[in-house]
Formats: sequence, C-alpha cells, structure tokens
Amino acid sequence: MAAAARLFLRGANSKLSIAPGSLGTTHAAHFTFQPDPVPSQYGPTQKMNLFQSITSALDNTLASDPTAVIFGEDVAFGGVFRCTVGLRDKYGKDRVFNTPLCEQGIVGFGIGVAVAGATAIAEIQFADYIFPAFDQIVNEAAKYRYRSGNMFDCGNLTIRAPWGCVGHGSLYHSQSPEAFFAHCPGLKVVIPRSPIQAKGLLLSCIADKNPCIFFEPKILYRAAVEQVPEDPYTIPLSQAEVLQEGSDVTLVAWGTQIHVLKEVASMAQEKLGVSCEVIDLQTILPWDIETVCKSVVKTGRLLISHEAPVTGGFASEISSTVQEECFLNLEAPISRVCGYDTPFPHIFEPFYIPDKWKCFEAIKKMINY
Amino acid sequence: QLSTALSNCFKCDLHRLEEGPPVKAELTREQGLQYYRTMQTVRRMELKADQLYKQKIIRGFCHLYDGQEACAAGIEAAINPSDHLITAYRAHGYTYTRGVSVKEILAELTGRRGGVAKGKGGSMHMYAPHFYGGNGIVGAQVPLGAGIALACQYQGNNQVCVTLYGDGAANQGQLFESYNMAALWKLPCIFICENNKYGMGTSVERAAASTDYYKRGDFIPGLRVDGMDVLCVREAAQFAADHCRAGKGPIIMELQTYRYHGHSMSDPGVSYRTREEIQEVRSKSDPISMLKERMLSHNMASVEEFKEIDIEIRKQVEDATQFATSDPEPPLEELCNHIFSNNP
Repeated sequence: MAAAARLFLRGANSKLSIAPGSLGTTHAAHFTFQPDPVPSQYGPTQKMNLFQSITSALDNTLASDPTAVIFGEDVAFGGVFRCTVGLRDKYGKDRVFNTPLCEQGIVGFGIGVAVAGATAIAEIQFADYIFPAFDQIVNEAAKYRYRSGNMFDCGNLTIRAPWGCVGHGSLYHSQSPEAFFAHCPGLKVVIPRSPIQAKGLLLSCIADKNPCIFFEPKILYRAAVEQVPEDPYTIPLSQAEVLQEGSDVTLVAWGTQIHVLKEVASMAQEKLGVSCEVIDLQTILPWDIETVCKSVVKTGRLLISHEAPVTGGFASEISSTVQEECFLNLEAPISRVCGYDTPFPHIFEPFYIPDKWKCFEAIKKMINY
Repeated sequence: QLSTALSNCFKCDLHRLEEGPPVKAELTREQGLQYYRTMQTVRRMELKADQLYKQKIIRGFCHLYDGQEACAAGIEAAINPSDHLITAYRAHGYTYTRGVSVKEILAELTGRRGGVAKGKGGSMHMYAPHFYGGNGIVGAQVPLGAGIALACQYQGNNQVCVTLYGDGAANQGQLFESYNMAALWKLPCIFICENNKYGMGTSVERAAASTDYYKRGDFIPGLRVDGMDVLCVREAAQFAADHCRAGKGPIIMELQTYRYHGHSMSDPGVSYRTREEIQEVRSKSDPISMLKERMLSHNMASVEEFKEIDIEIRKQVEDATQFATSDPEPPLEELCNHIFSNNP
C-alpha cells in the first residue's frame, strides 16, 4: 500500500472525516456558482442558464452563417442536456441532424465537412466518449494544415462535449480529458466557467480558424444562471482572466473549479488574512502564460486546481512553465490540488474531488513554507 | 417428470445458413420452472432496483432489463457455465444468470462493500467468473468478446464466447473490425444483437441504414429470432454454440426483444414511443407470462406452484434489499486499491 500512502500524502491534506453512510446519501454540491455582473457592452441581456447560453450561441451562428451545421447523437430533439432545443425547428433538418452512435465517425465526418468549407459543430455526448475519436482529432484535425502546407485546414470544426464531475457520474460520465488534448499542437481547447463566458468563448471557437474542442461543465448546465447578452459577442481565446486581484497567492483553475477557488479565496482572506489572486485560464491550449506568470511574479505563490487526475494533468504543464519563468520569484513550491490518480470513482466522488478544504490546506502550507 | 415437445414454428430468419435451429423444442417441467424462476427473479430484482433508485438509495446510472429476461435466461440455458459471456451496460440480468446472487447485485447498485465489485463499479460494472461485465462505453465490449473467443480457440478448450451488444452499438466501427477478425480466424464467437428497437431514444429506422442486424456481419452467417420467447432464444443459442464448437467460425444472432423501462432511470421512455406500444408488448409478448401460459396449458405445472415460486422470489429480493441497504460502504482505502496489481 506504499503507493497508496504516497497518494494520500500528496495533495490529500484534508482532515475531513467521512461519516459512515454519508457517501451514499445525497450531498450538497462542492461549490456555489457565483454569477458575474451583468455585461453592459453587448446589448440587451436575458436570464439564461449554461445550456441556454450555448443554445443562444448556436442560434446566433446558424442565423449568421449559412454554412453552419450542428450534428451529433440526439441533437435533433434538443440534446440530452438541452443545448440544441428548438434549433432544428428553426433552421431545418438539413442543418441540425442526428448521427448514429459512432464517435470516430462523427468527428471524421466533421473534419470532412470543415475541410470542404462548411462550419461544422460536432457534439460528443459526454467527454468520456471522445476517445474513439481521439485518432481523428489528433492525427487528422490537428495536423491537416501543417501537413498540407496550409493548402487545407479544418479550422471550421468545433467539437463540443459535456465535461467534468456531476455528483453521480462515476467512471464514464465525469471525466475531464483536457490534458490528453493539450498535448497536441494544432488544436485549441477551451473551457468556460459560466453562461456569459460560455457563449462568448463558444462563438470565438466557432469563428476561430483552427479546430477547437469546447468542454462544457455539465454540473453547471442548470446550476449556473446569469444575465447573458442575446446578440452575438466574442470573448478572446488564449487570454486568461483575472477575476479578483490579490497579493499573496495566485489561484488558477478553469470551469467548475473556479467557483471552488473563489470560495477558497474568501476563506483565505477571512481566516488567514491571505489575499488571493484568482485566475480563470479559460483556454487550456494555447494557454496564456504571460498573465499567469505576471501574477506569480507579484505573489510568489501558485496553486493550480483541477478535477482531472494529478499525474500528467494540465496543472503539471503550468507548474513546469511557471517554475522556468518565475523561479526566483517563488516563495514556496507550486501546489497542485487535483483529483487522485484513480479512475473517477463510483462511490467516493465527494472524497475524490479537489474540494475547498483541500485547496485551503494547500494555501496554508504555502503561506507557512 | 412431464416433458413436452413443443412445436413452436419458430420464426427464424436466416442469413448465409442453409438451415437453422429446429422448429420443435423440448421443454421438461424442471426446465420450465427453472426458466420461470430465473426470469421472474430478474424481473423482480429490476423492479426493486427501480424502487430503490426512486428513493435515491441507488444513484448514478441504472439501465434496467425488464422485458428482456428471455434473452438472458434462454442464452444461459443453451451454454455451459464454462463458456464466456460479455455484454454492455444493461447487464443486471446477465450478472444474475452468470451466477451472481441478487444480494450481491443490489449491494453493488447501492455501492456497498458486499457488492459483487466491492461497491466500486456500480450498475454498469458487475463481473463474475466467465462473465466479463458490464461495459459502459457503447460497442467497446465487442472486440473484447472476439478476443476472449480467440483465447478459447488458442487454448483448445471447446468453449465459446457470447458477445452481446444492442441496436445502437450495431453502428459502431469497432464491431466491423471484430467481425472481420472473427471471420478471418474462425473464432468461436457468438455475436448477439439484442434489438430492443431503440438506441436510447432513437428508433432503429432513424439510426441504421440496414436494420437487419443479423445480416450486418455480411460474410458471417446470421439468424434472427423472437427474443421474447425463452425457448426460441435457447434453441437459437444452442444452434449458434454448436456452429462455433464445430469450428465453423463466428455467427451472429439477432434477438428481437423489448425493454419496458426507458433507456435508463433518467429516461421516462415515453417521449419516443407510445404508452400503447409498451402496453401492447406487456400484454401480448411478455416473456414470463408467455412461458407460464404455455406451461399451464400443457399441464406442466399448476397456478399454485407458480404462486409459491413468486412468493419465494419476493422474499429473496426483500432479503437482498435488506442487505443492500444496511451493508456498509467500502472503506476509504478502496479508493486507491486495484489501480495497479498489488503485487510489488
């Protein structure tokens, strides 16, 4: 059990004890969604949750781009998460259509559509199912421009997939596979934290002239509600956003985990008098090295947190780059609070995920280093 | 005891086969009661799972098998315990027929340490000797099944591998890779498509260019039978197993069946099919009722005997539920156990 013991020591600083029988009962979510202020620069807004903001982005796209098509499993009736509700009725069955159950085929087909000049928006029903398509994404989509000397490209391709833990998803409905794709030059990987972000980032992905993978935190589909602009707008890719400024510790995350870190930042301020700078990375690949490094130069401490397993997770890339660029500014080793190196568990989810207590403990360690 | 040769005029469509299973099947009283018991146990177990899910004692994903019992029961009746079987996520029925107790199945659903996978797998990941699960990713189990068949061939043990998948999975590319390898190397693999007419909410006509799933193996012979009739299933599976054991290579079986529940517990199952359709199948083709009526009309058993069996099963399921709701959860060390082999 030596390996397991190391696992517990590494990043598992939680003193949380699990009461018997508590794991199987319904439990409160590990985060509280914190809406952003209403944006004023994009025109009239409407109350939307995450899946509705996605629908809005897709609606805008189908309206303005006559070549745009949406396809995937069950998208025609509206999708299993209701992201495509109403679009088939509005734009026609030749523009919003179902595919059979064949992920490799869906993405391969999408690449073909994109290469031929149409805007292809492919949906993979759960990020956990994306692996049959991994070859198509990595070997075909990502390398098309490079291998053809820029004669061809599939920049018109955007792949959307629900992502991340959901409370009861277990091994195959909870995965966060961004790290697999971060290892592939030629792709862009984007993960929004909220409805306003999602619509703007998705529209950027669709407009972007490179194949993009857009992961949507499924636990936020209904839970996250904001006032979202009705008209199209874009939020730039590869620009991390500093959500709150601070002077003592830099906290970096993406997607659902941002809301956990925001709470951790409050806890740190309240209980430790520690001022945290919270950064939403948003684009995993290519990531905004400058913003993160600038912050670490200021604070001297960095904590990165994600649900995906710690070994080889994207935090390792950030950590490595930051220590290269900011070595002399660091006051403490860079901390990664991530999922354990196990498959996403069936029964142990509340213990597995990098919750606020684990992050808080990590901050304490860094401050006292 | 009483044994009856039942001529059923099995409707059996054949593909690249000169002849199919016999049109007459023999059913002894023991067999009949056993198949009844098996199917009724699976039925009651699934309905109990439904209840526990609605009480939030079972959480996560849960895909129920009620309506399809004749498939699991019929196949098991035709093969040996030493044969192998692998299926997808609608697996509780097969877990039972392959030898796991109702107690261990329900405890796995509730995520307790007494569950067949120690509470770590849940609904879609239950296993037993010669039963390889329980697989969540659609179609991924089919190449595995072909591989198991290769192992049987290699070891020369005269065993076969039954590889099950659904009508939705029938459109996955990896199935065709498996068909090719199995045929090329004449693997003793029985590919079985449980066609319950809907891949989640998509009807077969909307998903498949050809819904003749028994023909989709092209160069692999195939047969299509009524999956609601446990005797049809048994005879067809027996025929298929003989085919494989004779070294003739793989064979595809399509079982036309039906599920009463939606795709999973999150699916009410009535937005893509009518309640009338479900009701019609329940009243005219229910596998358990059909077997019972057949045995009663041939005087092979009495109404009281069936009632007694029902009462026994009810008690068995209640006891199992009691266990499944009181057994403790797996200890926290289990989180990190079994990632790698524990041998240093």
